[in-house]
Amino acid sequence: MKRSFVDLHLRLSSSDLVHTQTLTAKAAELGYTFVAAPFAPGTKPDEIRKIKAFCADVGLDFVSRVDLRPRSENELLNLLRKLRRRFEILCVLCETKEIARQAAKDHRVDLLNFPLLDQRRRFFDRAEAELATCSNAGFEVDVKPLLVLEGPSRVRFLSCLRREVAVAVEFRLPIVLSSGASEVLLMRKPREVAALALLFGLKGDAALDAVSEVPAGVVKKNREKLGVGFVAPGIRLIKQGEDC
Amino acid sequence: MKRLKRRYLALQLNVDCMPSEREFLDAVWSVVTRLFGEYGASLAGLALISYDCDLKAAVLRTNLGALDNVRAALATITSLGGRGAAVHVLAVSGTIKALQKNPKGFS
Repeated sequence: MKRSFVDLHLRLSSSDLVHTQTLTAKAAELGYTFVAAPFAPGTKPDEIRKIKAFCADVGLDFVSRVDLRPRSENELLNLLRKLRRRFEILCVLCETKEIARQAAKDHRVDLLNFPLLDQRRRFFDRAEAELATCSNAGFEVDVKPLLVLEGPSRVRFLSCLRREVAVAVEFRLPIVLSSGASEVLLMRKPREVAALALLFGLKGDAALDAVSEVPAGVVKKNREKLGVGFVAPGIRLIKQGEDC
Repeated sequence: MKRLKRRYLALQLNVDCMPSEREFLDAVWSVVTRLFGEYGASLAGLALISYDCDLKAAVLRTNLGALDNVRAALATITSLGGRGAAVHVLAVSGTIKALQKNPKGFS
């Protein structure tokens, strides 16, 4: 069966429609079926609908996403409560250890992203992976830093990623590869993203799954949850009324 | 002696101003060497088979064993001849003839 490829982290600018059109058209040309772009928490549904329409024109299925960058655990919980049902993908940018641990514990979080390149400020370790396994949160890796960094900083970043991916694989955590691209020249084909994953120890089918089946599974699961009639995992309302 | 297997990659260059053939090949060698070192680059057996400025396309030959490394290295190209660029692999084939027959490939 043909794989459908997913890029869950395209950085679109909701105010610049030309930029949005260029990036979504390029994503379709590169072979993606689903793309997601993070919005600000206060984004109106109309804005999301407009971008969905752009994407539908070029044959893409657009997935709404919000990136949370909370300053405290309480703020994270508040944001999760407020935003979970408004966005299809919910990602937490883990910049402190407390936030990382709280996000990994919470089953409402879909993706854990560690945006800081300094290895002492990346908190994805065995404890984090163990917590994330219970909540089924995925570990997101953006490939953009691999393209923009050079020399010793890229070496350090690769070594850090290799260690983190090994931990994620050991704990059977879903790994999601995303572009993190904000411009056309930083966008890569899904198979090229998978080839880049070779640099940090993700090979063959596992790398391809990380740009196709794993993120597609997250989207499918969340759309099912946000759909009408969903009661709990495995339980949905089929019929309602007196003659049931 | 075991025959060395090779693969041909049809490449599409996403660039506003096409670099010269020399600049392109230098960029490819440079990224392969930076990522895998001189030893890794020597195993790749890279050769530029054709280069078309009008189609913004090229065909590159590599050893089968180094194919994944070359793919990864090509994906890290962000500039060619000092200008922003990206290189995409359109198709991979065992022979040039098969590559030309491939609808995605370079003909």
